[in-house]
Amino acid sequence: MTAAVTPPPSLDVAGLAFAYPDGHQALFGVDFSIARGERVALLGPNGAGKTTLVLHLNGILTGGTGTVTVAGLPVGKQHMAEIRRKVGIVFQDPDDQLFMPTVREDVAFGPAAAGIRGAELEERVDRALARVGMAEFKDRPPHHLSFGQRRRVAVATVLAMEPEILVLDEPSSNLDPASRRELADILRSLDVTVLMVTHDLPYALELCPRSLILSEGVIAADGRTADLLADDALMRAHRLELPFGFDPRSVTMGA
Amino acid sequence: MGAGHAHRLYRHGHSPVHALPPHTKLAATFAFVVVVVSTPREAMWAFGLYAVLLGLVAFRARVPAGFLLKRLLIEVPFVAFAVLMPFVAEGERVDVLGVSLSVNGLWGAWNVLAKGTLGVATSVLLAATTELREVLLGLQRLKLPPLLVQIASFMIRYGDVITDELRRMRIARESRGFEARGVRHWGVLAKTAGALFIRSYERGERVHLAMVSRGYAGAMPVIDEVTASRAQWSYALTLPFAALVVCVLGWAL
Amino acid sequence: MCDTREQQSESNERVTRSCEPFALSHYHRTVHVPDGFINAPTSAVTGVVAAGAIAVSLRGARRELDERTAPLAGLVAAFIFAVQMLNFPVAAGTSGHLLGGALAAILVGPYTGVLCISVVLLMQGILFADGGLTALGVNITVMGCVTTVVAYAVFRGLVKVLPRGRRSVTVASFVAALLSVPAAALAFTLLYWIGGTTDVAIGKVATAMVGVHLLIGIGEAAITALTVGAVIAVRPDLVHGARGLQQKLQLRVNGALVDVPAAEGARTAPVAARTSRRTLWVSGLVTSLVLAGFVSFYASANPDGLEKVAADKGIDEKVEEHAAADSPLADYGVKDVDNARLSGGLAGVIGVGVTVVAGSAVFWAVRRRRGVDDASPTAVENV
Repeated sequence: MTAAVTPPPSLDVAGLAFAYPDGHQALFGVDFSIARGERVALLGPNGAGKTTLVLHLNGILTGGTGTVTVAGLPVGKQHMAEIRRKVGIVFQDPDDQLFMPTVREDVAFGPAAAGIRGAELEERVDRALARVGMAEFKDRPPHHLSFGQRRRVAVATVLAMEPEILVLDEPSSNLDPASRRELADILRSLDVTVLMVTHDLPYALELCPRSLILSEGVIAADGRTADLLADDALMRAHRLELPFGFDPRSVTMGA
Repeated sequence: MGAGHAHRLYRHGHSPVHALPPHTKLAATFAFVVVVVSTPREAMWAFGLYAVLLGLVAFRARVPAGFLLKRLLIEVPFVAFAVLMPFVAEGERVDVLGVSLSVNGLWGAWNVLAKGTLGVATSVLLAATTELREVLLGLQRLKLPPLLVQIASFMIRYGDVITDELRRMRIARESRGFEARGVRHWGVLAKTAGALFIRSYERGERVHLAMVSRGYAGAMPVIDEVTASRAQWSYALTLPFAALVVCVLGWAL
Repeated sequence: MCDTREQQSESNERVTRSCEPFALSHYHRTVHVPDGFINAPTSAVTGVVAAGAIAVSLRGARRELDERTAPLAGLVAAFIFAVQMLNFPVAAGTSGHLLGGALAAILVGPYTGVLCISVVLLMQGILFADGGLTALGVNITVMGCVTTVVAYAVFRGLVKVLPRGRRSVTVASFVAALLSVPAAALAFTLLYWIGGTTDVAIGKVATAMVGVHLLIGIGEAAITALTVGAVIAVRPDLVHGARGLQQKLQLRVNGALVDVPAAEGARTAPVAARTSRRTLWVSGLVTSLVLAGFVSFYASANPDGLEKVAADKGIDEKVEEHAAADSPLADYGVKDVDNARLSGGLAGVIGVGVTVVAGSAVFWAVRRRRGVDDASPTAVENV
C-alpha cells in the first residue's frame, strides 16, 4: 500500500437518508467517517437499517439524499466501477455471494470483471484463497463446502479485488465456534480497513477497537467498543444485549 | 405424470470419452441423433447398427450396460403411447392373434420406439460422461447466446439450493402434523410454492447485488474456455459419421 | 482441468455421502416429446421457431430486467425446476404437478417466462435425457412459447377487463393457466398433423389431446391461481402481470420532509392510460375468442385442408415406402374421414366452449361475490 502524507478516510458518510420504493424509510441522516486501516464495528438491532446502509457504500442503493465518499472518491455514476472495486462487500449468505460453478471461478469473477486475465488473474485467485486458508479447495463447487468454508471463500472473492475497505455483513452468523475463531484470525491478519456489521457483540469487541451504533436509521453512538458495551443504559436503549455471563470489563484484549 | 426419481446421470470416470472436450461431445451427440431421426424406419437393420455403435461408445466410456438399461427403463410412459398406436392408427389392417392392428400404426410404433430409445440412450451416454460444469462450458463454446448460458448456469448452481429449501419447507410442514392427502390441501402446498418463488426471486436479487458489487455490468467475464484439437474433434465425430454412412445406406437400399 | 482429478473424486465422494437432498440428483421426470415422434424437417423448422422465440425473449427480458436478467431468470428457472417436483395429491395415491408455463408468464412476464421454461427444457434434455434432443425445438415451441404466450395474453386481457383487485388477478391466473394447457396440446396436435411419424386420424389426436389436457389444465389452473394468490398476498410487487402504479416518495431527514431526487435507476414502468384501453381489451378478447372458436371449428370441420396435407404427406410416404414393398397408406381411410371431421370439429367446439363457459362462470362468480361483500378492501391497488 502506498501511503500518502495524509490519506483521505477510507469511508466518509454524510447526511445519508433513504426510503424504499414501498415507502418504508430506513435511513434518517447517517454521518460517520472511518480512517484508513481502522477496524470498526457497526452495531444495531434488527431492522436498524444496517443492511440498507451497507448497500449504499458501493452505490447499489442510490436515490436518497446525502453523500458517501470512498477514499476521496464520491459514490456516483461516474466512478461506479472504481468504487465497486474499492469497496468489497461480503454478504450475509455465502450462497448468494458464491454464484459461480467453482470456487476458483468465483474468486476470479471480480478481478476478471475488472479486466484482469491470464497469469495475473490466476495469481490473484491463489493469493486470495491462501489468505483465507482455502487454497486446496480451488476446484470444488461451492455448494460442496461447509458453511464456514463458504464464508471464508466469500471473503476471498472480495479480497481478490484488493479493496480499500472490506465490509462484512454479519460475518459470524451461523458459524460454529471453531469457524468463528478461524474467521477472526483471518480478519485480524488482513491489512485493510474493515467495517463489520453485526449484532454479535463479543465478536465486535474481539475484533474492532471502535464501534458505531446504528439505531432507527441514525448513528446513535460512536466510540471505543469496550466503552459502548459497558454503557448499560445506552445498550438497553438500543436493544443491544450482551450474551449471558459476558462482561466486557473483564475482557483483556490481546492486541 | 412423473415416473419416480431419476438420479443425476453423471458417472465419474477417466475414459477417453470422459476426457473429450464437452463441445465436441455435444456436437457429436446432436449430430448422431439427427442422423438417427432422419433414417427411414423401414431400414430396421440400420437401427440395429446404431445400437451397436452406441454400445461401442458405452464400452469405450466404461459405462456398464446395466446402468444404461436402467436409465432406458424410465422411458416407459412413451412406450405405452407407442403400444397404443397400432390400435388407433389409420390404414390397412392386419390380424395378429385375432386382434386387428393398423400396419401403419405398427410402423409408427416401431419408429417412435427405435428412434426414441436410441435418442434417450445417446443423451444418457452424454450425461453420464460429461459433468454439469463442462456441459455449460460446451454450450458456451458452441456459441449459444451468452445470456442463455448464464441463465442455465445460475439454474444449475441454485437448483440444489432451491430444492433444498423446498425440502426444508416440507419437513417444517410435516413436523407440524400436516400431510397433504388430497385436493383440499392444495392451498397449503400452493403457499409453499408461492413462498418458494418469493425466496428464489429475492435470492436472485441478492445474487445480482453480489455480482454488481464485484463489478458485473451485464456481461460475464470469460474465465475458462474449452478448446479441442483436430484429433479430438475427429475422435468425437467418428460416431455421427459412422451413423451417417449407415443412414445413407438405409436410404439407398 | 486434468490435474484436478484427485479433488474431483474427493468431492464426488462428498456428493454420494450427502446426496439425498440434492435436486439435480433427485430429478422428477416429466414427459416431454422424445426423438422420432415428429419427423426431421418439422423438427428442424420448430427448432428455428424456438431459436427465434428465444432470441426475441432474450431481447425482451433484457429490456424488462436489464442487467439483472441472468441471475433473476436463472433463479426463476431453478424455481420452476424445483416446483415441478412438488407433488399435488389428487386422490387414491395419484398426484399431479405443475408444468409452470402459465405461472412463469404471470410471475415474471412472457419474455423471462419463455427463457426460464426453455432453459429448464434444455437442461432436462441434456442432463436427464428427458425429451429428445431433436425434439427440443418442438418441446420449447409447444411448452415454452405457446403455453407462456397464451397464458400471458389471456391473463393480461382478463386483468384489464376485470375490476381491479387481488381476486381478479387470481381469477385471471386461473383462466390463463386453464387455457394455456389445452392450447399447448392443440399446438402439439398441429405439429403432429404436419410432421407426425404415424398416420393417426388428426381428429382422434386432437380429441384425445384436448380432452386429457383440459383435465390437466384444471389442475394446472388451480395450482397456478393458488400460487399466484399466495405470492400476491405477500409481495404483490413481484407479480409481473400485476405491476402498476407506484407512488412518489418523500423522505424524512432529521424531521424535515424532502423530495427524492429523480431516481437514476428507477424501474418504474410507464403508467398506461388504463380506462381508455379497457374497451380495446374487451373487444380484443371477445374477438380473439370468437376467432379461436370459429377457426378451430372451421379448420377441424372442414376436411379439405386437412385431407389435402394428409394426402400430400401420404404421397410422400408412399414414394418412400414403395421401396419397402408394402404401402400401408395405399387406401388412406376414407371411411374414417367422417369420424375425423366429426371428432375434430367436436374437439374444437368442446375445447373453446368449455373454456368460454369456465371463464365466464368464474367471471360471474367473482362479480356476484363482489356485489355481496363490496366492503372487502381491495388490498392490491396497483393491479
